[in-house]
Amino acid sequence: MTITKEAAAEQPTRAGAGGPAKGAGRPKTPALKPGRRRANRRENVAGYTFLLPWLIGFLGLTLGPMIYSLYLSFTKYNLFADPKFVGFDNYVRMFTQDPQFLQSVQITLVYVLVGTPVKLAAALGIAMLLNYRNRGTGFFRSSFYAPSLIGASVSVAIVWRAMFSSNGPVDSSLSFFGLEIGGWVGNVSLVIPMMILLAVWQFGAPMVIFLAGLKQIPRELYEAAEVDGAGPVRKFRSVTIPMLSSVIFFNLLLETINAFQVFASAYIISNGSGGPAGMTNFYTLYLYKRGFADGQMGYAAAMAWVLVIVVAIIAFILFRTSKSWVHYAGESK
Amino acid sequence: MSTIEVDRAAFLEGQIEPQPRRRRPKRKTVNTVIWFVVLLALTAIILYPLVWLVFSTFKPSSEFGQNPGLIPENPTIDNYLKVFDGIAGTPLWRFFGNSLLIAVSAVIGILASSALAAYAFARIKFKGVGVLFAAMIGTLLLPFHVIIIPQYIMFQKLELVDTYVPLILPKFLATEAFFVFLMVQFIRNIPRDMDEAARIDGAGHTRIFFSIILPLIRPALITSAIFAFIWTWNDFLGPLLYVNSPEKYPLPIALRLYNDATSTSDYGATVAVSFLALLPILIFFIVFQRFLVDGVATQGLKG
Repeated sequence: MTITKEAAAEQPTRAGAGGPAKGAGRPKTPALKPGRRRANRRENVAGYTFLLPWLIGFLGLTLGPMIYSLYLSFTKYNLFADPKFVGFDNYVRMFTQDPQFLQSVQITLVYVLVGTPVKLAAALGIAMLLNYRNRGTGFFRSSFYAPSLIGASVSVAIVWRAMFSSNGPVDSSLSFFGLEIGGWVGNVSLVIPMMILLAVWQFGAPMVIFLAGLKQIPRELYEAAEVDGAGPVRKFRSVTIPMLSSVIFFNLLLETINAFQVFASAYIISNGSGGPAGMTNFYTLYLYKRGFADGQMGYAAAMAWVLVIVVAIIAFILFRTSKSWVHYAGESK
Repeated sequence: MSTIEVDRAAFLEGQIEPQPRRRRPKRKTVNTVIWFVVLLALTAIILYPLVWLVFSTFKPSSEFGQNPGLIPENPTIDNYLKVFDGIAGTPLWRFFGNSLLIAVSAVIGILASSALAAYAFARIKFKGVGVLFAAMIGTLLLPFHVIIIPQYIMFQKLELVDTYVPLILPKFLATEAFFVFLMVQFIRNIPRDMDEAARIDGAGHTRIFFSIILPLIRPALITSAIFAFIWTWNDFLGPLLYVNSPEKYPLPIALRLYNDATSTSDYGATVAVSFLALLPILIFFIVFQRFLVDGVATQGLKG
């Protein structure tokens, strides 16, 4: 191991990589050797050269469009005539004169607020089941993960629709137990549960993350809890949950944001209509219909910004409350 | 539970546990058998839709809605024969070719641009790295809705709609922060000694990137390549917006064609194409499952 003086001096600022850019290009003392300053400049040039593709994409395809869509959200725009400034009209109309929008918000919230916790509970439960043994779990882990990989595809949406249609496999196995449903797809009250089941079916990705987290919990903690007379429930509450809290937080954040973006399955299952009776008209689908089918780009942009604000609020609440329930290893309370 | 306690006590006393060990296996074996059976049942339920799909491709269209079971009553390969003829005057292989072209371009673009960006974020101390890194993480959480409308307007003004440029160009500009982030995490775990040694020998960032970092992050590159391929292959909204001519359709959009036009009359064909569209992904998954599953696990834990 060869650590030069320079490398050693650099260590402290580098330890916080990703943190604030302090110390990065800033000379530490005014009386800096010219060679050092040249090195700094070289770092800057190298940094921006490597970052160039990302930077172009960020400015041209993310930040620029974001600002443009914020502007569009205050206009009426159909792609052909010039955008016409209408102030907050789009936003006001959305919440006061558009029952379809309100319904879309409502079903999306049900989908997110029910689907995500159920999905994560399934993921955690099955991860714990897998964690019971160390060997022989590879096959199960992979099989359970597979749906996450393909769940958002058109093919799976088609299969799902067939499985839950009238006389489909789900229906006929339920009628075996005396439950006559006659198809979930056209049923106003069952189509959301069907969509939630499709989301829960994709529990594999968070499960894999939970499993990796469970493996890192030191055995001694459970043993110590046992010595203190803790039963399984108590161990789960007092050891598993706190030790896993950062992973739970990560999964909760990611899965919630993902759930807001469901599109292909809703589109395919309803043939693009959002039916029956608007019950699969999820936010993204409605935004797509408004913007690209009806050509109301301004209105769709406003809808997109409402979603950004909602997601930002949810992320903020999660981050805020996480301070009280997320425990990071090595952090004393 | 109590056996573990006994174990522990025995261990602490320095006994080399021959006694508890004999008592343990019986209960352990029973538990393991139950565990195994439960997991097997779960696997059957979870994979049933896929198995059902495979078997259903051999059902004649008339059997859908009549025979919900797994096994076709009158097995046939007609669905496949019909499907290979294509739809709307376009042969099926064309859709496959289109999907493949888009997905392979996306993989190349994502790997190149994300690795460069990740190296800059993880290893170069340039002015503004902190702010830009935070911005990159921010895009990880940004709902895509807010950029699709202006992007569409932009590509439309540039007359690039109905080409693959809007689908592929963003990939070469590392717009998917997931991949940048994955690689940053990976590079950060590589000891710096190697870079430092190379630097003392006079290597610049370009040399260090190509001859030290790139070879070492190969697992991250493979994971990214597989995810990039699968996500692009499955992408529905992108081509739905940007690709209008049927002969340019990738598979998911072509599938919609079957689904819309023939959902009542020709379920067999729809199901067969659905399966064929999933097949490359399933093969990918079976071959590379380790990389994928481990990739997901690391992404979560070091996040």
